[in-house]
Amino acid sequence: MTKKITLNMITCRSIFQGVGMEAGKTSQKYFNACSIIEMHPEDMKKLGIWKNTNVRVSSSVGSIVVKAVEPRELLVPGLCHIPMGPWANRIVPAYTFSTGEPCFKGFDVEIEPAINEPILSAIDVVKDACGLPIK
Amino acid sequence: MSEYIIKNGHVFDPVQKIKGDKKDIAIKDGKIVEASEVSSSAKSINAKGKTIMAGAMEIHAHVAGPKVNAGRWFRPEDKIFDSHKKPGMTRIEGGKSIPTVFKTGYEYARMGYTFAMEAAMPPLYARHVHEEIHDTPIIDEAALPVFGNNWFILEYLKNREIENTAAYIAWILNQTKGYGVKIVNPGGTEAWAWGLNCLTINDPVPYFEITPAEIVTGLMEANEYLGLPHSVHIHQNDLGNPGNYKVTLDTLRLAEKVKPKNDFGRDQVMHSTHLQFHAYGGESFANIESKAKEVMDYVNSNEAITFDTGNVTLDETTTMTADGPFEHHLCSLNHLKWFNVDVELETAAGIVPYVYSPNVSVNAIQWAIGLELALYAKDPMRCFITTDHPNAGPFTRYPRVMSWLMCAKTRNERLNTFKNADKIIDRTTLAEIDREISLYELAAMTRAGPAKSLGLSKDFGGLKPGMNADIAIYNINPEKLPTKGEDYEKAFSNVAYLFKDGKICVKDGTVVDNGQKKTFWVDVKVNPNKQVRHDVVEKFLKYYSVNEGNYSVPDDYAPHQHIISLDATHA
Amino acid sequence: MTKVVKDVICPFCGTLCDDVEITVSDDNKKIISVRNACAIGAEKFNHTSLPGRVTRPRMRQPDGTFKEVSYDEAVDWTAKTLVNARKTLMYGWASTSCQAMSVGHEIAEKIGGIVDNCATVCHGSSLIAIQDVGVPSCTLGEVKNRADRVIFWGCNPAHAHPRHMSRYSIFPRGFFTVKGHKGRKIYCVDCRYTDTARCADEFIQVQQGYDYELLNAFRTAARGEVLPDTVGGVPKEKIYEIVEELKGGRFGVIFFGMGLTHTMGRNHNIDIAIALTRDMNDFTKFNIMAMRGHWNVTGSGQVLAWQYGFPYAVDLSRRTKARYQTGETTSVDLLIRNEVDACFNIATDPGAHFPIDSVVSMSKKPTVTIDPHINMSTEISDLHIPVAMVGVEVGGCAYRMDNVPIETRKVVDPPDGMLTDVELLTKINERVDELMGAK
Repeated sequence: MTKKITLNMITCRSIFQGVGMEAGKTSQKYFNACSIIEMHPEDMKKLGIWKNTNVRVSSSVGSIVVKAVEPRELLVPGLCHIPMGPWANRIVPAYTFSTGEPCFKGFDVEIEPAINEPILSAIDVVKDACGLPIK
Repeated sequence: MSEYIIKNGHVFDPVQKIKGDKKDIAIKDGKIVEASEVSSSAKSINAKGKTIMAGAMEIHAHVAGPKVNAGRWFRPEDKIFDSHKKPGMTRIEGGKSIPTVFKTGYEYARMGYTFAMEAAMPPLYARHVHEEIHDTPIIDEAALPVFGNNWFILEYLKNREIENTAAYIAWILNQTKGYGVKIVNPGGTEAWAWGLNCLTINDPVPYFEITPAEIVTGLMEANEYLGLPHSVHIHQNDLGNPGNYKVTLDTLRLAEKVKPKNDFGRDQVMHSTHLQFHAYGGESFANIESKAKEVMDYVNSNEAITFDTGNVTLDETTTMTADGPFEHHLCSLNHLKWFNVDVELETAAGIVPYVYSPNVSVNAIQWAIGLELALYAKDPMRCFITTDHPNAGPFTRYPRVMSWLMCAKTRNERLNTFKNADKIIDRTTLAEIDREISLYELAAMTRAGPAKSLGLSKDFGGLKPGMNADIAIYNINPEKLPTKGEDYEKAFSNVAYLFKDGKICVKDGTVVDNGQKKTFWVDVKVNPNKQVRHDVVEKFLKYYSVNEGNYSVPDDYAPHQHIISLDATHA
Repeated sequence: MTKVVKDVICPFCGTLCDDVEITVSDDNKKIISVRNACAIGAEKFNHTSLPGRVTRPRMRQPDGTFKEVSYDEAVDWTAKTLVNARKTLMYGWASTSCQAMSVGHEIAEKIGGIVDNCATVCHGSSLIAIQDVGVPSCTLGEVKNRADRVIFWGCNPAHAHPRHMSRYSIFPRGFFTVKGHKGRKIYCVDCRYTDTARCADEFIQVQQGYDYELLNAFRTAARGEVLPDTVGGVPKEKIYEIVEELKGGRFGVIFFGMGLTHTMGRNHNIDIAIALTRDMNDFTKFNIMAMRGHWNVTGSGQVLAWQYGFPYAVDLSRRTKARYQTGETTSVDLLIRNEVDACFNIATDPGAHFPIDSVVSMSKKPTVTIDPHINMSTEISDLHIPVAMVGVEVGGCAYRMDNVPIETRKVVDPPDGMLTDVELLTKINERVDELMGAK
């Protein structure tokens, strides 16, 4: 029985995401910067994983595999962060409450270890959802 | 280019002193020519029973730039009425009190206007102003950069350095493609950067230790030193407050000290704008009253002053001005949404929606004062009709303002049906005036007069051969004048024909050609000035948030430029 | 020989730094080095010279691969798609010039498109709030010259606007702020201890999603009313103390970002921040400014405003009237409700930055993406048309976060034969005219 924990998710910019984006959305820099989830070490402990382990993050709209890392900018326990990008957007609820603005910050996610599951590339993560052929 | 001959119309042209006589007007290569100069293939337009005037000239309106645009987007509700595509060669039109650029151009043209002066351009935002001017169809435009709270000016004038002030003005006109010297709440807007204001012409400006009187006088002197086509164009201190007519008279008297000096046939040294907002008596809004008579007695006696009215049109509108502290004050009165922008080293701007209601006594008194000013004016060549668009009402209401001025019956009907009519009549003198502005006077107030005040009388504002062929033909028969104001309103809203640069752009109120609009600006040559150069370099290095190399307006922002070049290198 | 181009404008974020210096090869083809830019800006300029850049349009084939096509074919396909669709979402615009937008809007008006920019997933909430309550604001130079109280609320310029703090808000010395950072007190309100918080004198950790409550508490404290013991995780003593400090300043400014616009409450978070700013003007001078993200998203709002009167989400599908209603004419809503039948992306990447449901919806429709580079949107589109990079390979007007317009500079030539946005859109516009004339 794998453990699961529920955290509050925010998706934000980071300078690495910015640099990665300008280096190219298909670049390794972009992949490294955005296919991660930042979690408080305590939450990792609760989940029973070491840092730099792949995890599956699921929200009300979908799920995605990313790598769990210790936060560069400190989070409180219970709060987690995926930098904005295609990985984060696989789980962001699109409903806008008539503002046009989806819920990019402050939605519940379930996290479970996914040590052996691969992380999709930036393009594949979108194509996969759209049902387009992946190389 | 095609030739036209307009036949049988009644011509009103103060430039040639023609008062409604029938005269043929011929057009060739974008200019007005003698009837004998056009060939037999000239297209003939029958203007029998119609009124012919030069294209009208707007001397003061907020039609392009950062605060106008903020007014547009922060008021989506302004698009509820009268916002759709109209017949003709047009784009979608939108906005009631702050029309989009397309609607602005079309509406001016439909009313017979061919030129509009954007009344306040913050130099830092000049590129924005010119982008909007670029997108406004048909009408020619120019813009006045604001100087009355600019740090360079405050520092130079503190030491009474007129030559440096003039050299800096010349530099700004060149950088911003600007037309002249605008002053808004001199000193008060700089004080507003600390949340303060200057309410008389002797209140010192915080830190800079200079008074509004010194700023205005110094800028007038620098303006005449350069010999610019237009005089200083001033929005005075203490706008909109009861009892402010004393400050107004104090400011107007400053014009006595300076003599006009220019090669453009301009006689004034000060243009006082939207005078209606500055002609209030009383101590509070509870006992506000008209001081139009007192103000006009002075204006009539001093030929060195021109003014525009700033007529209240009794509409819901959007007030916007570089008078930042005033808008903050207005917001505290009506509690509607407030937009403010302070602009580094230069100026500020505020915006607040406002509803001028015929049921509110103060608004009705303001309405009366605006009309009184025009009706007390002895010289129509020095009094121009505006609504300080959109502050006292949208410019699209000019036809209605004209109907109030030209038809006493319509005017009095309005006056007598105000909710508090007795009070309004008591606090103003409008009921005692039976003057009706004639078509000839109107041509002076909207054509020849503004053209002269702007230093454009050589080519614009008249129908003399050699002048630019900007011509409006209205469905008004001077031999059988309308008896109802609404007939004037209808006729002035929709020209029968509008010629712009000799091309028909509007026919029967429908836009048929987008013309080729021009941007007017003034390029002054001055002696090299080491002090000003040094100060410009230093201020950009230390205090501006953009580099000097990115400050100017590139040439391609104004593809069709009408540059007025002058030499102010005093020997 | 190389040459140096000065006063270059960085086309990355809304800070729009205009002091970048770039060394280019003498044939105007390669960027050799970049000075004064931040890490992201430098990467952007250097990216132009990377190998493998797509220089011709690519059309998706039935097997999912892309095949190179000519610009003429691409223009024709795009124009036909636009003319045949009843309602096209024309999204993006934030990384192109205002001149290009003008041409795009002309097309949209003819074919009945919906023009939306990335404010829709960024500061759209702020624009709604300003439409509700207005905003007292200023230019960035005012902050530099006068501000002695600076609050960063739900924004992280250290990461998103890297030079903002050194150019305008924390460190610079200005006319009345000769002591620079020492003369200012810096506050950071965030749910994370960000790198911006590290630069601040005071970090106020708000519980995620409780910004409205905390702002409300600041207003309450400013009026001297009673507070509960803690609000949003912040003790009331702290709130009273900070409010007194703010009142004691001569010129305060609040910068806010996605921490307010993206969380629950959206526009209401902003309107109470604005209301606090208004209140503070009764005690001292106070301004507030949105930290706009894309370098020219502000410009798109400006051009839409002067042409149609609305800052984003402008629905021209009736062809005779411009409509605007958030939730109805905004991109994400249109896509998740499947209300458009074609997509036209330009100069922004919804594929990467929209929630996946809307991206899936887009991928099922005829879609063209105009962008200098390969990104998530190009890969789900039927057609990718590469163009020259605005601000690097061609100039054009852009608006900074404080609405100050700056004309960006051309630094190097685009790859041979590559069209600019203006050229491409002009061709599409002409082709649309031909097709509609024939209809």
